[in-house]
Amino acid sequence: MSSVATETAVTIQVDGQEVAVPEGATILDACDAAGVETPTICYGPTLTPVNVCRVCVVELDGSRALVPSCSRPAEEGMVVHTDSERVRHSRKMVLEFLATGVDVSQADELGQWADHYGADPDRYVPGGQTMDEPVRVQDNLYIRDYDKCVLCYRCVEACGDDAQHTYAISVAGRGFGARISTEFDVTLHDSACVYCGNCVAVCPTNALQFKTEFDLRQADDWRPEDQTVTQTVCSYCGVGCNLELHVQDNQIVKCTSPDDHDVTKGNLCIKGRFGWNYV
Amino acid sequence: MILLWGSNAREAHPIFFHHVLKGIDNGARMYCVDPRYTSSAQFSDVWVGIDVGTDIALANGIGREIIHAGLANLDFIAHSTQGFEAYAASVEPFTPEAVAAICGIPAEVVVEMAHAYATADTAQILWTLGITEHHNAVDNVLSLCNLALLTGHVGRWGSGLVPLRGQNNVQGGGDMGAIPNKFPGFASVDDPDDRARFEAAYGRELNPVPGWHLTLMFEAMERGDLRALYVIGENPADSEADVLHARAQMESLDILVVQDILMTRTAEMADVVLPASVAWAESDGTVTSSERRVQRVRPAVSPPGHARHDIDILCDMAEAMGDELGPRDPKAAWDELRSLSAMHGGMAWERLEAAGGLQWPCPDEDHPGSTFLHGWLWADDLEGREPAPFSVLEHEGPTEELSEEFPLRLTTGRALDSYNTGVQSGQYDSPLRFAGLDLNSQDAAGLGIADGDRVRVCSPRGSVEMNARVVSSLPRGLAFTTLHHPELIDVNVLTNPDWDPKSGTAEFKAAAVRVELVDAPETAGAPVG
Repeated sequence: MSSVATETAVTIQVDGQEVAVPEGATILDACDAAGVETPTICYGPTLTPVNVCRVCVVELDGSRALVPSCSRPAEEGMVVHTDSERVRHSRKMVLEFLATGVDVSQADELGQWADHYGADPDRYVPGGQTMDEPVRVQDNLYIRDYDKCVLCYRCVEACGDDAQHTYAISVAGRGFGARISTEFDVTLHDSACVYCGNCVAVCPTNALQFKTEFDLRQADDWRPEDQTVTQTVCSYCGVGCNLELHVQDNQIVKCTSPDDHDVTKGNLCIKGRFGWNYV
Repeated sequence: MILLWGSNAREAHPIFFHHVLKGIDNGARMYCVDPRYTSSAQFSDVWVGIDVGTDIALANGIGREIIHAGLANLDFIAHSTQGFEAYAASVEPFTPEAVAAICGIPAEVVVEMAHAYATADTAQILWTLGITEHHNAVDNVLSLCNLALLTGHVGRWGSGLVPLRGQNNVQGGGDMGAIPNKFPGFASVDDPDDRARFEAAYGRELNPVPGWHLTLMFEAMERGDLRALYVIGENPADSEADVLHARAQMESLDILVVQDILMTRTAEMADVVLPASVAWAESDGTVTSSERRVQRVRPAVSPPGHARHDIDILCDMAEAMGDELGPRDPKAAWDELRSLSAMHGGMAWERLEAAGGLQWPCPDEDHPGSTFLHGWLWADDLEGREPAPFSVLEHEGPTEELSEEFPLRLTTGRALDSYNTGVQSGQYDSPLRFAGLDLNSQDAAGLGIADGDRVRVCSPRGSVEMNARVVSSLPRGLAFTTLHHPELIDVNVLTNPDWDPKSGTAEFKAAAVRVELVDAPETAGAPVG
């Protein structure tokens, strides 16, 4: 007898609310299903969790330590607390630590959560301290500003196993000196980079920025509130990648791709990502 | 199991290749058949570096080995195919040793590929222009189809034959009847019943004689039978093989009209240029991708200056000739198409919006669309169709043989950062851009050519200067360049115009050439600055 496999549902409790999710779903998925918003940094819907930022942690009954909701699978009967004192305190401190060593001024989502939890990085390092590195502008496609990098690994994952399989970048150095780097810190041009920009697309802090956005910000003319986003289809090759064209003043200023489209899963190649400027 | 044949998808279809990589990560073995060790081949388990134009010999050899090893799917062959005996007899001379000699690969590889393909649970054959830009393009394709028919790797989930289309709407163009002998939905111009259906819908008599495809048009220009040409979004003055000859034909026209978004070389030759809006970013409509997925394009910006939408230009042209083409509304045009093409019938505009695209055939509004074709091969009654035919195919090799005068094989192709004749992709600052000739290191050394030297490439049709790049991974005797920079390298001056009578495609992949060092210009004593 042929039958369609029914997805086994798993029921867990999030902040007192029963919620059913398919087997294999994470606690984060359950929080989403319950309508509970969760801060994330290293998590991306198209990326394998690397569990480095710890900002999505929740309290799980029976577990000694807080657990990362983005990677912990939901199991039947779990009781999860996302807004306990312990969770709030932990998330606040993660956000504070990040902001003491990194310029998070363009990490909008992080900033909103920092406000939400009352994070105050100045109580550790007044004014904060960054590596104070110059912005790397090596071509006309994208820039790297590692003072804004929180080492979330999303770019490394997107460049590597999760999408592009180019492996142009990884984490080099230790402690405060740790940073994302090409091999031996060579320029992008001398590295394995193929300029797909999939790293830029997943960066949560604007450490990686399209050159068009960087230039407009330098000119103090980057106005997201005046931008429209239109979904269309790339004109190069026959794959049918969906593009999101970000337009300001009737000019395309940025090109992204929807995470939830089967064809691209948020990814593009150099042509689709950057080849629009004749329009 | 993935058989990537004559395709450098890593560069030409990069996001499709992400899906291939997912398969490889999940344990699929990949064999990459390509004369060049491409960036796609670097991800393969086995690179099968055949000589240019020996694809049929290899396919026939794989077929023979599958039959001899008892790995043919005899039930499937008996039920779903015809012509097996003649095919089996035709591949008999293609022993692994014979194939090894023709293709320039080890005999064991032929055997290994045959076994890997035939014994895989699911297997895909993926190909592009490495198969189709030959004088025997259709035969090359049929040789791959034979392998699928031999093993039953077709018409079911995960197994199939996958031609990767090169343009974002080349599939849609064909679907809409932009083929000389077809109406929308692949109805035939010369079929009285099909024609009657379209005559009723359009309210007029239609020409029953199939038209010319591009290659036949150039022959008609040469004969003087074609005197006026209206080119929309195509750049034949750069893209045709033996392009000097093609340009001469276009120069001889009484009138050339070009409708395009940018000033191409073809547009520069035109008597009238009609500036068009950019279809994918400035106008409304649909395109159909390689996987038959119909998706919406939408206007993100307004067209500049006098640029107008294609639909308005075409309707105005018709009006100027005293006719009406119907409403100037993409949705209305789409609904007309749906009423005439059964495979699009269920693709309501609203469904395309909501689903993010649908794959044809999608005959009614409850149909989810089709992820693969040819499932009928597995139906008890074949859904009333004739069994699929095997094809008996001869190995021919390239039409232009190497000679003392032209000892190197030149093949052309694509690079990651560029697209076709570079009209669009030449406009952005790609750090990867390279325009030049890839030469094998030993060949280069033998010719006294170093990396970066200026060389002259000569074929029986002309000669072109370019810079050489010495590439150790390129097989001896093979030279490679892309078609992306005709303003710098007019490569189609060199390419072989011999074309496949079944497809109209020229043998871009195989010309015979000679490469010479261009003497360095006299610099001693020259004023500096």
